[in-house]
Amino acid sequence: MFTGLIKDSPRSPETDPLDSEPPDRCVSVSGVSRAYRDGRGATVGALAEVSLHADRGELLAVVGPSGCGKTTLLELICGLQAPEAGSLQCAPAALMPQRDLLLPWLSAVDNAALALRIAHVPRTQARERAAKLFAELGLEGFEQSRPHELSGGMRQRVAFSRTLLSGKDVLCLDEPFGALDAITRAELQTWLLDALSMEPRTVVLVTHDVEEAILLADRVAVLSPRPGRVIASLEIALERPRKRTDPEIIELRERALNVLQMGIQR
Amino acid sequence: MRSGIVARVLPAALLSGALLGAWEAYVDLSGVQEDLLPAPHAVARELWDGGSLLWRNFAVTAEEVVLGLALAMACGLALAVAIHLSPLMRRAVYPLAVGSQAVPIPVIGVLLVFWWGFGIFPKLVVIALICFFPILVTTVDGLAAVDPDQPKLLRTLDASRWQEFRFAELPAALPAAISGARIALTIGVIGAFIAETTTPTSGPYAGLGREIITDINFQTSRAYAGTVVLFAFAIACFYTLALAERRLAPWAHDSRGDTR
Repeated sequence: MFTGLIKDSPRSPETDPLDSEPPDRCVSVSGVSRAYRDGRGATVGALAEVSLHADRGELLAVVGPSGCGKTTLLELICGLQAPEAGSLQCAPAALMPQRDLLLPWLSAVDNAALALRIAHVPRTQARERAAKLFAELGLEGFEQSRPHELSGGMRQRVAFSRTLLSGKDVLCLDEPFGALDAITRAELQTWLLDALSMEPRTVVLVTHDVEEAILLADRVAVLSPRPGRVIASLEIALERPRKRTDPEIIELRERALNVLQMGIQR
Repeated sequence: MRSGIVARVLPAALLSGALLGAWEAYVDLSGVQEDLLPAPHAVARELWDGGSLLWRNFAVTAEEVVLGLALAMACGLALAVAIHLSPLMRRAVYPLAVGSQAVPIPVIGVLLVFWWGFGIFPKLVVIALICFFPILVTTVDGLAAVDPDQPKLLRTLDASRWQEFRFAELPAALPAAISGARIALTIGVIGAFIAETTTPTSGPYAGLGREIITDINFQTSRAYAGTVVLFAFAIACFYTLALAERRLAPWAHDSRGDTR
């Protein structure tokens, strides 16, 4: 169990076994199970024999009903938890949690630069790098704003910048747009794709929104209700940007929803 | 801005005026002896006439309060951090800190003088003993009230335990710590009075507390004037710390609606 979780080490293409064999696997989860104890001490299965993977630069979306262990999966990938069974091989991964968790005592730019400060980059230098990213991602003008002055969409953008600046290869996004209204969500979905085209990363995106998954991802893994297992895996080889009214998108969405429904009824 | 200050100060000024008026009227009408209850105008005259004496004694007391509070802050914050970080320290230190508040400090004050002499130090110890407790309790609670997801997030960014503390817990606890200091400061003024009246001092000016005790029988209006100075001092300190909190922890006054 728990073989070869690669974390913290700066990756060099020559020495890293994950890089040596094509395809370039950044996230590889095989047969992973995980349970936890609830308040009354009963064991609840969160994940059951989950296998999935993401290659370098891919966007893998994981959809499933609430409580199917999606957050647990991300915490496993980020090394915050260890699996009870199965194995996990992941490049260093950073988590963007469901709540943005911006620190109210720091400005937007300082929040984004948090990982740099933790890595002992001097303050001014860290700010410069974060400000540069802000300019790239269309956040200029908000550097000095404090979190409470920002809209929900802006907060998510800052939280995403913080995740990017962690310098990790893999970004684990936990329902990043879940709390936003429909218009802002659509706006941020486009923004995320733009940001990733400028700052390419491997992304594991957890969402309960099937349409969001299909619009953004290269592959969608559908999880069953608790304990979560992968009940379908859809390859989505469509050009971006994708339109939600596109017949192929609609068809994929129906298929995914059907699988989800069957999973719930079982 | 200016009208804001007026609006803020006016209610207290009006209330003070009304109370002083009632006091003055009572002294006039009841014919109470002046060495029991001097009229406000007599106290005001004493404030003016005895100004330099009061001022010099006040400087002594203010120094004691400020240094005593600094000592209390240092001890209170250090203990709070130790209690927060170590369950063992919490079990070992917290009960004793609570118990220390039941110690009859005036008695201790006398012993401290035998121990450390007539200087300012025994007085600082008395003040710090009285003042550290509210700082300790509010800071321990403030540290414990940090959103548990914040340190967790910092861990995903590879923060060390110290960095979790430095970036999340410490700033989260700062407003509570300052609130503790505000409570401590106001009781610190009474602490200085206790310290001065229970420990003898060498030198011509022994502080306002000692001055008040000396004057209370024969120069009652001057004792009242000294009390007025302490009264004003406590108010000034309290609001200075409130101002400091706005400077140091502006986020504590942000709209509360953003704690998503």
